[in-house]
Amino acid sequence: MSVRRVAIIGAGHAGFTVCATLRTLGWDGELTLIDADQRLPYQRPPLSKKVLAGAETLEDAYFRPRAFYDDHGIGLALGHRVVGIDRAQRAVQLDGRPPVTYDHLVLATGARPRPLRLEALPGLGPESVCYLHTADHGIDLRERIAAGKRVVIIGGGFIGLEVASMAACAGKDVVVFEVAERLMGRAVSTPTAEYFHDLHTAAGVQVRLSSTVSSVQRVVDRLELHDGHSSVAADVVVAGVGVVPNDELAAQAGLATNDGVVVDAQLRTTDPHISAIGDCARFPHAAGKQSGIRLESVQNASDHGRHVAALLAGEPVPPYDVVPWFWTEQHGRKLQMAGLTAGYDRTEIVHTEPDKFSVYCYAGTRLLGCESVNSPRDHARARKQLAAARGSGGGSAPVTV
Amino acid sequence: MPKVTYVQPDGARETFDIATGKSLMLGAQSHGVAGILGECGGQAMCATCHVYVDAKDLDLLPPMSDDEDAMLEDTASERKPTSRLSCQLEASDEVDGIVVHLPEEQAL
Repeated sequence: MSVRRVAIIGAGHAGFTVCATLRTLGWDGELTLIDADQRLPYQRPPLSKKVLAGAETLEDAYFRPRAFYDDHGIGLALGHRVVGIDRAQRAVQLDGRPPVTYDHLVLATGARPRPLRLEALPGLGPESVCYLHTADHGIDLRERIAAGKRVVIIGGGFIGLEVASMAACAGKDVVVFEVAERLMGRAVSTPTAEYFHDLHTAAGVQVRLSSTVSSVQRVVDRLELHDGHSSVAADVVVAGVGVVPNDELAAQAGLATNDGVVVDAQLRTTDPHISAIGDCARFPHAAGKQSGIRLESVQNASDHGRHVAALLAGEPVPPYDVVPWFWTEQHGRKLQMAGLTAGYDRTEIVHTEPDKFSVYCYAGTRLLGCESVNSPRDHARARKQLAAARGSGGGSAPVTV
Repeated sequence: MPKVTYVQPDGARETFDIATGKSLMLGAQSHGVAGILGECGGQAMCATCHVYVDAKDLDLLPPMSDDEDAMLEDTASERKPTSRLSCQLEASDEVDGIVVHLPEEQAL
C-alpha cells in the first residue's frame, strides 16, 4: 500500500526538509508537521549568529512564510506537544488536539541542551543559567547579554564559543570554562582548537581549560563562580555543555533507542512505518562501528530529510551514505569541516595565508576529514574527495596540494 | 523598494519588492519562492542558494568574494559564467529590476 498520509514530529531543519522535498518531488498525499513551538518553523543556526548579534530578526530565520504551507498543502500542528505514539492505530496523540493518523511517521524531534547539574552547584538557580537552542533562548540571551557586562560561558564547544565571540564583539567581558584540555573537544583536531583558542584570547576572551565551576555564590547583583583556583564575576551565565537527543517518545513507543533513536541505513526505526532523522537519529556509519553515529548539524538534518522524502515519494534510494560536514563562525573566521576527524593519528597543515589554512586529518594513509579556516575551496575539494572515497573501505590517496 | 524577479526552470516568473540591504536569498525565502534552500542561513557556506543572474543584469552586481567563488564550485547544478550565490547579493536601488533564474537542483 502506498503511503498517503505522512506525519512529522519536529519542525527543525530535518522535519521542514521532509515537507518541502515531498512537495518538490510532486508527492500529493496528506502532510502534517507537528511541533510544540507555536512559531512558524525556523532555522536554528542564526540564533547563535546573526540573530544573537541583532543583525537579523527572528522572522528572517523562518524557513518560509505561512502562505507557503497553505499553498503546498502542508498542515501545521504547531503549539501542540506530542503525548504519545499509538503504533497499532498509527496515530500521534497530541495535547489539546485530536490525534494525527499516519501511514508513515517521521521523528525529527532533535535534541535539547544538556542541563547543568545544578544540584552540585547550590547558589546557581535555574533562572540564572541561559541555554541556546530555541528561539525563546535566543531572544532571552540577546536581552541578557545586552543588559549585562560580564558573560561567563560554561562549555567551550561550538555554541559556547559562538556566544563568546559575539559577546566579546559587543564589548563584554567574557570568560569560558572548559572541562577538557582544549576547546571544541573531539569535534576538531588539536591544531584547529589551538588556533581558535589563540583567536579568542587575542579578542580578550579569558579561556580557562581543564577547569570546572565547583561552587557559585550570589553577591549582591552578580554571581561569583569558583573553579577551585580563583573566582569570576558574572552577570550572565551561559551553559553549552552538549545536547541530549529527544528519544523519549520513541522509547515510550517501544522503538529501539541508544542515545538517540536507532535506525537502519534507510533511516527506518525498528517499526518500518516510522523513520527517525536529524539530531535524534543514530544511524549506521563506518566511524561508529557497531553502534552507528548521531550527528548534530544542519547538513545531517537536511540530507536525512531529503533521503526520507525521496523514499516516501517512491523513488529508488540507495542506503544513506553522505559525507558529514559542519561549520562555525567565530571572530569573523569561518571554520568548515568535512568528514569526521575523531581518532586521527596524523595531520597535515596547508597554509595559504596566516589566517587561511586547512588541517587534513589522517588515520594511516586514509583521509578522515579536513578542517578549513577561511579556505572554502579546500573544503569543497575535500568534500568531493571524501565522497569519492566512500564505500571503498578507505585507502583514498593523500590529498595533493 | 527594489524589485527582484525570480524565474523557475519551467519559465514561471514571480516579482517581489525586497527591502534594501536584504539578500536575494532571504527575499526569496520570505516570499516562499521555490528552489532556493539557503541551508547555511546565508553565510556562503553551503551553495544551496545558487542562481543564474540574467545576463543583462550581470554588470549591476558587485564582484564576488573568494568565498563565494569557491563555494560555487560545489553547486548541485552546473556552474555557469552567470552563477552567483543569492545570499551574497543584496537588494538595492542599483540592482532594482534584476532577474535571477533558478537552477534545476540545489542540493547535492
